[in-house]
Amino acid sequence: MSRLASDHTASPLIFEIGQDGRANKYVDGGGELSDFLPESALRGELPLPDNSELDVVRHYTRLSQRTFGIDVGFYPLGSCTMKYNPRVNDTMANLPPMRDLHPYAPDELSQGALQVMYELERTFCSLFGMAAFSLNPAAGAHAELAALLIAKAYFKDRGETKRDKVIVPDTAHGTNPASAAMCGFKVISLKSDERGRVSVDELKKVLGPDTAVCMMTNPNTLGLFEDHIHEITKAVHDAGGLMYYDGANGNAIMGNVRPGDMGFDLMHLNTHKTFTIPHGGGGAGHGPVGVAAHLVDYLPTPYVRSRPKDGADESLAPSDQVEFYLDFDMPKSIGPMRSFWSNFAHAVRALAYIYANGAEGLAKVSQLAVLNANYIRVKVREFLETPYDEICRHEFVASAQELKKETGVRALDIAKALLDRGYMAPTMYFPLIVPECLMVEPTETESKETLDGFIETLRDIVAEAKRSPEAILTAPKYTVVGRLDETRAARQPDLRWVPASSPSEQ
Amino acid sequence: MYTPHTDKDIREMLAAIGVASLEELVRVPDAVRLREPIDIVPALCEADIQRRFEHFARKNTGASCISFLGAGAYRHYIPPAIAALAMRGEFLTAYTPYQAEVSQGYLQAIYEWQTYICLLTGLDIANASVYDGATALAEAAIMALNANNRKRILVSRAIHPNYRAVLKTYCDGLEIEIDEAPLKADGSTDFDAVAKMLEGKTYSAFAVQSPNFFGVVDTPDAAAQQAIKNSGTVSIAVVAEALALAALTPPAQWGAEIVVGEGQSFGVPLAYGGPYVGFIASNKDHMRRIPGRLVGKTLDVHGNEAFVLTLQAREQHIRRERATSNICTNQAHCALIATMYLAFMGKTGMRDVASANLKRSRDLATRVSSIPGITLQFEAPFFNEFVVNVHQPAARVLAALQERGILGGVDLGRWYPELSECILMTATEMTTTADIAALGDALAEVANVALSV
Repeated sequence: MSRLASDHTASPLIFEIGQDGRANKYVDGGGELSDFLPESALRGELPLPDNSELDVVRHYTRLSQRTFGIDVGFYPLGSCTMKYNPRVNDTMANLPPMRDLHPYAPDELSQGALQVMYELERTFCSLFGMAAFSLNPAAGAHAELAALLIAKAYFKDRGETKRDKVIVPDTAHGTNPASAAMCGFKVISLKSDERGRVSVDELKKVLGPDTAVCMMTNPNTLGLFEDHIHEITKAVHDAGGLMYYDGANGNAIMGNVRPGDMGFDLMHLNTHKTFTIPHGGGGAGHGPVGVAAHLVDYLPTPYVRSRPKDGADESLAPSDQVEFYLDFDMPKSIGPMRSFWSNFAHAVRALAYIYANGAEGLAKVSQLAVLNANYIRVKVREFLETPYDEICRHEFVASAQELKKETGVRALDIAKALLDRGYMAPTMYFPLIVPECLMVEPTETESKETLDGFIETLRDIVAEAKRSPEAILTAPKYTVVGRLDETRAARQPDLRWVPASSPSEQ
Repeated sequence: MYTPHTDKDIREMLAAIGVASLEELVRVPDAVRLREPIDIVPALCEADIQRRFEHFARKNTGASCISFLGAGAYRHYIPPAIAALAMRGEFLTAYTPYQAEVSQGYLQAIYEWQTYICLLTGLDIANASVYDGATALAEAAIMALNANNRKRILVSRAIHPNYRAVLKTYCDGLEIEIDEAPLKADGSTDFDAVAKMLEGKTYSAFAVQSPNFFGVVDTPDAAAQQAIKNSGTVSIAVVAEALALAALTPPAQWGAEIVVGEGQSFGVPLAYGGPYVGFIASNKDHMRRIPGRLVGKTLDVHGNEAFVLTLQAREQHIRRERATSNICTNQAHCALIATMYLAFMGKTGMRDVASANLKRSRDLATRVSSIPGITLQFEAPFFNEFVVNVHQPAARVLAALQERGILGGVDLGRWYPELSECILMTATEMTTTADIAALGDALAEVANVALSV
């Protein structure tokens, strides 16, 4: 990222640089609006600025230069799997017949798109040990919601409507309890044991005829494998409940161990984490929801299926002997989760990434992600606490609690000092059970040199915190702005630009 | 692929950790070991990946047909400058801008997006985006439920059927009932009936779409607006064709407290249905109930103006089960594209596109309705799509057009049994005179064959 002094000056808003008379000509107009619609249906002023194309290009180029991405530097962001996003994936998604296909194009004219979805779905089933996936949900949290709606519909179907409790470990992502609440479930938070795992005994105390679902991620958000997972899934099943796998940490297990084999009935994937879809500053994501055989009928619509093609013979390639179609006719389905079928462009990207790796490659990806995390962990424990000091999976947590006692420097301050040194901050203060938590997930696409650079930078920051804490407490110094007044932002919300000449109503 | 580790790196790193092999690092208890080998396609080199997707692409023949498909997803002109900017790695590979100091550019772009949505809808506040138009409606319904604690929602039957279906999916989870308001013969919502239904003051929200699913401009008259207000019902406007906001009365002016919609028309490719970008705007009263991320302007420690994610106490990562929504990832990159689209277009460009849509759709309607045996179903004014009655099964006509390389529109019988002889046809600025002539000729032929049967 550029650190020119001039970058400290804020960019004017696009609304402040426009001038009448600078319009671009992209499309020929059709005449006066009032030629086509009654005046009563038309708006008056359209208060948008006209800007020359060059001004707009420079404006957003400049904004991009004030933004940190994976392409700029290392992103040790726990729980988020910020790995390299291969460019070929974007190119494939932007092939005109992929990019320009309308969602209501007939199935027989959309066979390529449907085959992409079908292959991706079958791949996920094999990789994660599920009977079926729906590519319908738009993101991980959206898929969690779908999964819990599936659970609700399943229990309703069985007349087990008293099952209204969802059990969530205290290390869980915030979306888990929030999704449960959106389905009318009551949330029971389960305290982790001293090893940072779900305690089978504690779990058994809360299981009962009111148990609907237990939501877990494995490895959990401390980066630890839940080694009693088999007993956990058995206990939940014995109580008549369902097990849900939060796939946010899918990068830790891919190709090596499967949620289906662990006994999970439902799961989601964050394809934009594990399968290299770019985060794009917070979306669009892609969140397939997977189910075991007894829950397939409840998946959201539509679901992609194949059937033998009329007149096809065995001289054709296997994929040409069948045709693919969108199945909307699923009477037990929870219904659709979103306007159209899938975040299809992302399905293309994910499948391209899968092609680039194959089964062995994906298993290796996961192993190297775990290698990178453990490598940083063993180095970091030389200068920061690592509260759960054992082999981790794709991520681990460190704590700045001792450092804070000693110097006043908190996890937040370390994170801000990292920004000054060209790194993204680790995830902070999550999971909630670790004080002054720094959660690091390096991913497999980072080289040993990058990891060494990060480790030494972190070591320097801790050393400097002990030497002269003030220097770290006032970081960042070299970013385009300093620390933000978040209280002011929340107390005096300024959420939009308002034209000088008129009040907020147009 | 995409892993930089040399064998030497791996050896050194394993030694530092103190384990013998990669397998040891990922070892799991026997009870949960892989039960069968992973069975997926073998790895391909990048050149073969390209060949494979080009093969798939050739099978998407629908992408190059003459098309009159719309119904919530629209083919519009996209200036190439947008892709050139949006695909910059800084934007494309950024995470959610929690670290404001190194995310000022993206935060500013979202603040600009929020402003554009406010300017277009006439409302005070807009969020950083939600998944799409349908989920925006569902989230707006939840905002209303939280505002007045009522347990029923009233929606116009002319709201996009997929949006209503998604609303039902969400409402099933919350055990909320949905009723539908009937339509008038001209294709607009029966607001007299709505006013009556609201008298009991039982509805949490009333939602209406304009232009509605049939393309008809569909806004409550003064009496209906008053009835909505008197009933304490939250008024939600739905916009599936966001381009219409450049031409039509801003929904805030006819009393909408929440406006939700689909922003795909603002530069986002069709991409077989996604990703698109939903938006939610509201008046100030609903500010703390709005779901998802909000960017605000504040000051940094040096007193410089700067942007930051704000009012996060509404969100799942802070409030967990008491959050206003479970939404986490939204559609930031699509919102960025839409922001750039609006910036390049400006008011002049937006008016040009809107008027071109009005003109082309009327050219199409004129040509189609001149064919004997074919009529326009509704009389009310429309934006860029309208309903054609072919007086024979719509599916048959569409299949015959498809044989001639034309996607003639959407068969309405799929959702409205009484409209099984009706097609929703759309024309945008991308529809050429030649396209209209081709459809006209083909339809005349198809209709003629049917008449003679």
